[in-house]
Amino acid sequence: MGVDTFMIRAEGLVKRYKEVEALSGLDLAVPEGTVLALLGPNGAGKTTAVRCLTTLLRPDAGRAEINGIDVLGDPQAVRRNIGLSGQYAAVDEHLTGFENLTMVGRLYGFGKQRARERARQLLERFDLADAGDRPSKTYSGGMRRRLDLAGALVAEPPVLILDEPTTGLDPRSRQQMWDVIRELVAGGSTLLLTTQYLEEADRLADDIVVIDHGRAIARGTADQLKAQTGGERVEVVVGSVDDVDRVRSIVAAVAHGEVGVDERTVLAAVDGGPASLARVLEELQREQIHVLDIGLRRPTLDDVFLTLTGRSAEEQSSTTTEEVA
Amino acid sequence: MALPHALTDGWVVAQRNLIKIKRVPEVLVFVLISPIMFVLLFAYVFGGAIDVPGNVDYKEFLVGGIFAQTVVFGATFTGAGLAEDMQKGIIDRFRSLPMSPAAVLVGRTTSDVVYNVLSLIIMALTGLIVGWRVREGVLDMLAGFALLLVFAYAISWVMAWVGLLVPSVEVINNASFIVIMPLTFVSNAFVPTESFGGVLRTFVEWNPVSTLTQACRELFGNTNPAVPTSDAWSMQNPVVYTLGWIVLILLVFVPLSVRQYRLSTSK
Repeated sequence: MGVDTFMIRAEGLVKRYKEVEALSGLDLAVPEGTVLALLGPNGAGKTTAVRCLTTLLRPDAGRAEINGIDVLGDPQAVRRNIGLSGQYAAVDEHLTGFENLTMVGRLYGFGKQRARERARQLLERFDLADAGDRPSKTYSGGMRRRLDLAGALVAEPPVLILDEPTTGLDPRSRQQMWDVIRELVAGGSTLLLTTQYLEEADRLADDIVVIDHGRAIARGTADQLKAQTGGERVEVVVGSVDDVDRVRSIVAAVAHGEVGVDERTVLAAVDGGPASLARVLEELQREQIHVLDIGLRRPTLDDVFLTLTGRSAEEQSSTTTEEVA
Repeated sequence: MALPHALTDGWVVAQRNLIKIKRVPEVLVFVLISPIMFVLLFAYVFGGAIDVPGNVDYKEFLVGGIFAQTVVFGATFTGAGLAEDMQKGIIDRFRSLPMSPAAVLVGRTTSDVVYNVLSLIIMALTGLIVGWRVREGVLDMLAGFALLLVFAYAISWVMAWVGLLVPSVEVINNASFIVIMPLTFVSNAFVPTESFGGVLRTFVEWNPVSTLTQACRELFGNTNPAVPTSDAWSMQNPVVYTLGWIVLILLVFVPLSVRQYRLSTSK
């Protein structure tokens, strides 16, 4: 497999909604058999990008290709190459899981028999066999999301595009979804997923593109990104405000970059997490400072944003309009 | 290539809509109660006040009109169903599949034929109870019902287009009434053509709802052949004239609706 075979490719995608520019020249390239995570807060343009790539939305400028096929030029051919699973599960609530999947199969042009077999197979695989004959409105959020993903896989497309596959799921459902996604990648699928969680991107993706205001503001592997944003953080919560200054200087000794202070919390990015934590603990004990909580924390999307843009992801989302669904 | 694709995919979508009728039968109840109400209301409330020329009993006169009015009103259901579909996540699934772009519309208009068949049966039974009779042969009667269904199918494409234009399901009822009210009330459905004068009368004579009603009355034998209703060509040849409208409506509104479906989903 050459590095040049990009299954998903976008160049200069622009999409405007009245005054808001949801995408302002987004470039993406996903090599065959790899996973790209599009990481960003609400309103960053993730869903708009997904909709442009999956023929649901016409970009105002720029071009996109799936498996070498132009999205605007031959949308029907693109649709044969993609499976889409959205943030809002695209299932019919009155239909059973089985009926939903059979319908999708028939719409791909499968015969009745083949559509039914495939539906049963997918229900089995996604742990929905028992619920397969119940209307999907009786399903839990996680089950509905799995059914939606199953719908995207009916025709075994080479490219999968998942828009926030785990947003709103409980930890167990999220773990299940991660397992499924890993299996798909092991099976050779090329995958683009959007997420608000750095942890999710870290676990699933080969490459990460951080998106803000419809534009990529950073890209690289999870490790590169973490290095750029300072990796793990040591967080100390002290019992008394009087101790904050002393703790700050202790943490500063191992910190990588600035030390943040918020009331009684002292926070800083560190290299070599556990060793730094041990040193901080040792110093705290020696100076007999009373600590309420101490720990190592992985950087979150918020930390990435703070480092890259100087403001937190939350501030970010409140200043832009809600992402257009 | 495109047409069979639209029909097979359309049938898959129609089956999906029919499953919903099975799962939420409450919707059906209201669709079927309103025609009963109309038959009873007009037969007993207005029945005594309206004179029909040629010694035809008003209830016999009325039923053909109620049939026509109900199938035209029923088309609103198509518009509402489609407007509702467009707001659901399932549309994203449909749009990301390599299926015919006409399938969602073909499916909706097709499954709504089932509603019309059921409401015609209910109305015919109610009509029989209040005194309506079929006085022509079975074939003529079947032709009358077939004409009603095909006309309803054509009108449902008009409402499909309206359903795609409006921003939400709530708007659809009001939007469609603007079209449907004048069409059904400025017609011979409830009062004889003779009771209109001037321009209004010409409108009534050439209104396809009038000719559909007239065609039904003739096919069911609810007119007095000795007393012609109107000498306008449309009223003299109501079946042919109505069929002409059906073809025209389909030729205009099928492509228009498919285009609108594409536009409204790719904003």
